Amino acid sequence: MSVNYTTPLMPDSSPDKEASVSRTPGEATPPPPASGAFDARSIDLGRIECLQILNERGEVDEGLRPDMDDDELRQLHRAMVLSRAFDARMLAMQRQGQMGTFAPNIGQEACGVGQAWPLGGKDWFSPSYRSFGAQIIRGWPMDRLMTLWDGYHDGFPPPEGVNDLPFSIVIGSHVLPAVGIGMAMKRANDPHCVVVNFGDGAFSEGAVIEAINFAAVEQAPVVFIAENNGWAISTPLYKQCKNDVLASRGIGYGVHSIRVDGNDILAMTTATREACERARNGGGPTLIEAVTFRMSLHTTADDPTVYRDEALVDPWKERCPIRRFEAWLQRTGRLTSGDADTIRGECEQEVLDARETFRAQAKAKPREIFDYLYASNPPELEAQRMAYLRRLDRKGVS
Amino acid sequence: MAKRTMVEALNLALDEALAADEQVCLMGQDIGVNGGVFRVTKGLQAKHGADRVIDSPLAECGIIGTAVGMAVYGMKPVAEIQFSGFTMQAFDQIEQNMARLHNRTQGRFPIRMVLRTPYGGGIRAVEHHSESREAYWAHTPGLKVVIPSGPRNARSLLAAAIADPDPIIFYEPKSVYRAFREEVPDAPESLEIGKAQVVHEGADVTIVSFGAMMRPAMEAVEDLAEVHGIEAELIDLLTVSPIDTETLVASVTKTGRCIIFHEGHQTCGIGAEVAARLAESGAFEYLVAPLRRLTAPDLPYPFFQVEQHFLPDAEDILAAAKELVEWT
Repeated sequence: MSVNYTTPLMPDSSPDKEASVSRTPGEATPPPPASGAFDARSIDLGRIECLQILNERGEVDEGLRPDMDDDELRQLHRAMVLSRAFDARMLAMQRQGQMGTFAPNIGQEACGVGQAWPLGGKDWFSPSYRSFGAQIIRGWPMDRLMTLWDGYHDGFPPPEGVNDLPFSIVIGSHVLPAVGIGMAMKRANDPHCVVVNFGDGAFSEGAVIEAINFAAVEQAPVVFIAENNGWAISTPLYKQCKNDVLASRGIGYGVHSIRVDGNDILAMTTATREACERARNGGGPTLIEAVTFRMSLHTTADDPTVYRDEALVDPWKERCPIRRFEAWLQRTGRLTSGDADTIRGECEQEVLDARETFRAQAKAKPREIFDYLYASNPPELEAQRMAYLRRLDRKGVS
Repeated sequence: MAKRTMVEALNLALDEALAADEQVCLMGQDIGVNGGVFRVTKGLQAKHGADRVIDSPLAECGIIGTAVGMAVYGMKPVAEIQFSGFTMQAFDQIEQNMARLHNRTQGRFPIRMVLRTPYGGGIRAVEHHSESREAYWAHTPGLKVVIPSGPRNARSLLAAAIADPDPIIFYEPKSVYRAFREEVPDAPESLEIGKAQVVHEGADVTIVSFGAMMRPAMEAVEDLAEVHGIEAELIDLLTVSPIDTETLVASVTKTGRCIIFHEGHQTCGIGAEVAARLAESGAFEYLVAPLRRLTAPDLPYPFFQVEQHFLPDAEDILAAAKELVEWT
C-alpha cells in the first residue's frame, strides 16, 4: 500500500550498492556471529513507507481505497463533524466561563476518528489529552467529557464497559501502561490490541522511547500513533528534534513503521486497521506517524500569536480533513450539500443536548475525595477524612 | 521448618505466589536466567517460564510503567528494580500511575502490584547503590511502603504485599540478605501490612526502627539491659506507610521516652513523621524527655570507605538512651 517514498532514513553512503546488506528491523534479530567477525558492509534499514489515499484536493487513489460501504463512509464523515462541533461548543463555553481549561482538537479530526475507528470493544485505547474525536467513538458520552474537563472527578474514569485508560496529563506518561496492557493481553492469549497516541513533543520523552522498545522486544500488540501536529505548545518540530521523520524512530527500534497523512481519514483508518490486525495476529507493534497540524490553541490557556505566525496556519486550512473528505463524498454522489448541512445541524444539536445533560448532572462531591485512593483507608488517612468532614460541616458544605 | 537467609525466604515467597496465582508475574533486569543480581529470583524462570519471570530491557521507568499496564489488565506483577538508587528513573511512573491510577479512575483500575528493591548501605557498594529513600514513597499518596527486617517476616510480608489490593513499595535491606539465617516455616505465612511489632518489651525507653537497622538496635537493647540496667522497648515498624501509630503511642505512653533509629536522611524522614505523631498524640503528656532521632545526615550516601561512620549504630543508641533516662 505504499504510495510514495520520502527520503531514505540515512543517506546511503556506500559507494557500491551491492556491498550493502538489507535488513528488516525486528523481523529477525540476528544472533551474534559465531566467528565474532565484524561485518563491514553498510546496512540498509529500508525506507519509510508513506500513505495518502485522499489528497487535499479531495481526490481518492482508487487503487488504495479501503473496502467500506457508503454507509460506513458517511459515518466516518459524521464522526469528524461531531468532533469539530464538540470542540467549537467547548471553546465557546470556555470563553464564556462555563468550562475549564481544555485542549482543542480542531484540524486533527481525521487522526482521532481514524485511529479509534478500527477498534473493537475488547481492544484497549490509551489517549493523550487531545483526543475528543477518538474518545467519543470509544463510547465516552460527550457530557462525560464535559464533566471531566470542567473539573469533576466523576468524568474521569472510563465509562463501564469502555476499555480505555483515562487520558494522560503528564506528557507521555500513558504510553508505558498501554504497552503493559498489551504484554498482559499477549500472556492471556487474548486476540486484542491496544492503540495509544501521543504527540511530536511527547516523542522527546524517554518514557515514550522506552515504551516502543518494550513493545518491540515483547512483540506486544500495540499500535503507537504519533500525532505529529508540528507544535508542542510554542516549540515547533525543528526545535524538538533533528530528524523530523518521526516514523523512522520505529525502524530504529525494530517496529513496523509508516508515515501517514494525518488529515486523510481514509489513510488513517486504513493504516490503523492494518496495524491492529497485525497486532491481533501476533505480528507485534506498529508505529504510525500521523502528519497533521495544530490549527488552534495548545489549550485555552495558550495564545499562539505570541510565538507563531498565523500565516503558517493558512495552508493547513486548505488541508482540512473534513473539507477534503466532504468534497470527495459529494463529488462521488455519496453525500449532497444538503446532507452535509443537515449532519452539521444534527451534530450541533447533539452537543447542545450533551451540554444540557452535563449541566444537569455535574455535581462536585467534596465528601468523596478520600474514597478512591486505597481499597480501604489506613487509620491515619481515615482520621484525616473525619477531620476534613468536620471542616466541611463547619463550613456548611454538603 | 528450615533455616533460611532473607534471600532464600524471599525466593520462597515469590515461588509460592507464582505457584498459587497464575496472574502473578515477575519482571526486572537480569531476574530470569541470572536469578537477579542478589539471586532472589534464582531458579524461578526455569520453574515458571520466561513469560512469567520476565527478563526486561534495562529501563526502570519502562519496568514500572509496563507493570502498571499489566495490573490494569488484571495481572499482579512483582517488579524488581535492581537497586533502590535506580528507582529515581521510575519516579514518574510510580507517582503518576502506580500510586494514583486507582484514585484517578475512582477505583475502576486497582493497581495490584509490588515494586521490590534492595535498599540501604553497609555492603561496600559503589555510588548510588546504598540509598534509603523510603520517605519519598511514604510521602506519596496511594502507596504502601513495607520494609522487612529478617528472613521470616520478609517471607510473610512479601506474601501479604502480593495479596494486597493496593500498590506496594517493598524495600529489602540488602545488608541483611545473607547476614543470618532464621527458622522460616514451610507452610505459607502472612503478616498484616500496616502493623508494627514490639520485638522486645521494656519500660524505660522506646526504640523505633525498621529494616537493616533492627540488628544494631537489638544489639543496643541487649547492651542497655546487661551493662546499663536500662530496659528498652524495641518496635519494628515493618510498614513505614501507613505507620502503626497505635503501637507507637501505647509504647511511649508506657516508657515516656523515644528514640527513632533509621538509615534514611533526617529531614522529613520516617523519624520526623514518627516524632510528629507522638507529639500530636496522647503520649505527649507522658513524655519525660525530648524525642531523639538517630539517622543518616542529610547528605548523599558517601563513598564506601567512610560509610561505617555515616550510618547510625548501636553506640549512638546507648548514648541517647542514657541521656534520655538521665534527663531531668
